Amino acid sequence: MTVRIGVITFPGSLDDRDAQRAVRIAGAEPVALWHGSHDLEGVDALVLPGGFSYGDYLRSGAIAALSPIMTEVKDAAAKGMPILGICNGFQMLVEAHLLPGGLIRNDHQHFVRRDQRLIVENAETAWTSAFEQGQEIVIPLKNAEGGYIADAETLDRIEGEGRVAFRYAGVNPNGSLRDIAGLTNEGGNVVGLMPHPEHATEPGFGPDTRAAMRSGVNGLGFFESAIAAVARVAA
Amino acid sequence: MPTIVVDVMPKSELLDPQGKAVTGAFARLGVESFTDVRIGKRFELTVDGEVTDEVLAEARRLAEEVLSNSVIEDVVGVEVVE
Repeated sequence: MTVRIGVITFPGSLDDRDAQRAVRIAGAEPVALWHGSHDLEGVDALVLPGGFSYGDYLRSGAIAALSPIMTEVKDAAAKGMPILGICNGFQMLVEAHLLPGGLIRNDHQHFVRRDQRLIVENAETAWTSAFEQGQEIVIPLKNAEGGYIADAETLDRIEGEGRVAFRYAGVNPNGSLRDIAGLTNEGGNVVGLMPHPEHATEPGFGPDTRAAMRSGVNGLGFFESAIAAVARVAA
Repeated sequence: MPTIVVDVMPKSELLDPQGKAVTGAFARLGVESFTDVRIGKRFELTVDGEVTDEVLAEARRLAEEVLSNSVIEDVVGVEVVE
């Protein structure tokens, strides 16, 4: 069976094609989906890609989170479909209340682009099972509105429930509280993070590693995890 | 046409990076009268017709559900201006 992973394009999405490419490299079939539709075209999993939907107007991801297709995305999330929000897609998931908290302007005010070290804090989600708990990975980060915030009570609760999926290692690039880089929902099927796994899936185009320049492919594990999760449900 | 003005502010206990940047600019200008600046948003909703209770209630709902994110912001005012 070929797993079909939908990638939703919103007005202002930038990394939708990169996400489709990553899906293909990982061994699944990418399906291009459109924000204005109510049809998920029977996909097995979903990616909400990075970019600057609606120019980051109102709040990053806020207007896209009101898109027609988000009705189906919310239904699919409730039914356990693996859904990954990357960067602007993470902001949409937060604005759609599928993940807790909020994302605001980086504390230092600057856009930041770097190869970012992350610790996998929860390796039991639909998008992280290919990793080991506590594993360190490196994938690109590029954002201006990546500061994760929530009140202390929410932070304590999500920490207690193991819903912090990724934490920044080495340096906190944007002032995110408790170094939080990514989250998962209660079911572990919805995952959102600011860094970009889809940009680290092909040798020659990823972060530098000790072995060779641009050879980092730590992002592949995200998509391989989702493919495995879909296969487990189908079996 | 009547207008409903909605004011939204970042929650006081949370970091406001934009306000912090302006506070820094004040300090560099030698301004000493103000210790803090916080930046919010003002929305002006032009009403089609009369401002009824229903219209005002709808403006309040949209202020809470769309114009602000209650996780990071507070609606601090919903007022009718002519």
